[in-house]
Amino acid sequence: MIEIKDLHKSYKMGSNSLHVLKGLNFSIAEGELVAIMGSSGSGKSTLLNILGMLDEADSGSYTLDGVPIKNLNETKAAKYRNKFLGFIFQSFNLINYKSAMENVALPLYYQKVPRKEREEKALKYLEQVGLKEWATHLPNELSGGQKQRVAIARAMAAEPKVLLADEPTGALDSKTSYEVMDLIQNINDEGNTILVVTHEEDIAHMCKRIVHLKDGVIVEDKKVEQVRAAQYVK
Amino acid sequence: MFNRDRWKEILEVLTSNWFRTVLTAFGVFWGIFILILLLSAGKGLENGIMQDFGDIATNTMFMWSRSTTKPYKGLPKNRSFLFKVEDVQAIRDKVPNLRFISPRNQLGGFNGTNNVVRGIKTGAYNVYGDYPEISQQDPMTMTSGRFLNYNDIREKRKIAIIGEGVRAGLYDKGEEVLGSFIKIQGVNFMVVGTYKKKSNDGDGEEAQKEIYVPFTTFSQAFNRGNDVGWMAITANDGTSITSIKDKIMAVVKENHKVHPDDQRAVGHFDLYEQFQRVQSLFGALRFIAYFVGILVLLSGVIGVSNIMLIVVKERTKEIGIRRALGEDPWSIKLQILMESIFLTIISGMAGITLGALFIYGVNTLLDMNGPVDMFLNPSVSLGVVIGALFILIVSGLLAGFIPAQSAIKVRPIDALRTE
Repeated sequence: MIEIKDLHKSYKMGSNSLHVLKGLNFSIAEGELVAIMGSSGSGKSTLLNILGMLDEADSGSYTLDGVPIKNLNETKAAKYRNKFLGFIFQSFNLINYKSAMENVALPLYYQKVPRKEREEKALKYLEQVGLKEWATHLPNELSGGQKQRVAIARAMAAEPKVLLADEPTGALDSKTSYEVMDLIQNINDEGNTILVVTHEEDIAHMCKRIVHLKDGVIVEDKKVEQVRAAQYVK
Repeated sequence: MFNRDRWKEILEVLTSNWFRTVLTAFGVFWGIFILILLLSAGKGLENGIMQDFGDIATNTMFMWSRSTTKPYKGLPKNRSFLFKVEDVQAIRDKVPNLRFISPRNQLGGFNGTNNVVRGIKTGAYNVYGDYPEISQQDPMTMTSGRFLNYNDIREKRKIAIIGEGVRAGLYDKGEEVLGSFIKIQGVNFMVVGTYKKKSNDGDGEEAQKEIYVPFTTFSQAFNRGNDVGWMAITANDGTSITSIKDKIMAVVKENHKVHPDDQRAVGHFDLYEQFQRVQSLFGALRFIAYFVGILVLLSGVIGVSNIMLIVVKERTKEIGIRRALGEDPWSIKLQILMESIFLTIISGMAGITLGALFIYGVNTLLDMNGPVDMFLNPSVSLGVVIGALFILIVSGLLAGFIPAQSAIKVRPIDALRTE
């Protein structure tokens, strides 16, 4: 599903440049649930941004679902993001003045799905994350866990190939974190490919594979026994 | 573009900070209000002055003879001469594109002595010997009876058409005018019509105190022979009299053996030239109105642009989210542009509406207090309103352009980092 080869990225900071990614190679198959771990500064967010087409690598190749991601202009990148990727952010990034349902329907709006169909689909995904009754509420009327669940519903609404989660539990307490991870695991069980960036061990172990990043190189890439989050959720 | 969700969003954004939106809108509102006001004031002045021109055919010149100032063909200078009836035909033959040539003779004049008698009443009036065409060059409204016709000219009928001012001076109220006789310098004329002239400036009263008699009758009765006092010459529409007046004067100069370069021998007054001068004055006034109005509008537009920049800044993160979700950058650009145009048009429409109401109020006041000199019916035409709308759309586009550009210039990754 995702294949990267010899990926390099450096940032210019004044006169000296900061080499963040130093030749990454790895691939993710369909249906995997991968955690990318590393301390801050290890380059995991940069990697995620490149995978999410929000940023471009200096060199190396990136193939997503057989499509080479190279030299995209903004319009094309936007189209690919919409078609291939679903984003889940640490700070939820819901649009404040839109209701939960409108937020979920947003990616569909950009696909020019008709209004009615959009709303039906949005409701379906809200139901899946257990927030159907909250459809008309604005984000500031929801708790953190609920917001993240709306964000997950939004990420899934466009039926993307890959879900990219950037510290999805970073802003949540552990109980809600497990609830969110439970949801992510369930989505993965249905066959969706998910990439989670995290620095929390317990969250990482709820995935099926852990990729350790340190100073811009992969130091470890191992399959793990998945810990089900459901057992912590009452 | 006519998309419910987009409009909903535009309204949401603009209503999220009412006070700021209204303040911003005021800049544009004020600009277009001033523009409308200036244009309508200019129009009012134009209407007022145009009314003073009345219905006179403006493509007209008046021409009279004076003394020569150059000797020519053995004739000395300082020789006076008079136009002859033959000159009229000569002009008609040699100069194309002329609509009317009216030779005229005149008795009386400004501060003239009493020359008209009826019974025991007397008065000093201008008496003209005229052809029927004069009524189209210097239009008048017949209030009773008829004007001159060619039968009167041919048969040299002793008839007269008198102004309402003459009637007031020579007749009692309610007295029958038509068929009565007045004596002009000892010659009896039968009154066959009365007229009124539209004009409300200083000459208005004077213009009602004229008497028209057939040209041929005048010549015979007052012993003018073939002489012509002066001429009123109107050119066809599409040909300005100014462009052919030299040709006309050349014809009469040749007929009367006047040196072709003798500028002073033939006097003339070119109404069209005067009219054009006034027209260009109004053109300049309109230009000033647009110039000032658009400058004021511009400061309003800059205000809109400013606020849109702030709105974009405030929404940087939102824009980042939307782009991460896959919104086309063009769609974001369109959104910002539409917000800007919408705000500009709404406030501009308010300005136009209030401006129109204001003009309406001024008109009502003018109507109530009677006419004001040189100012009449200030108004803006539909064309101006459409023009103003066009200006608004363009300025809305301009105002939104830089903010929209800055909105899509932000990279989504940077936008998402903004807290």
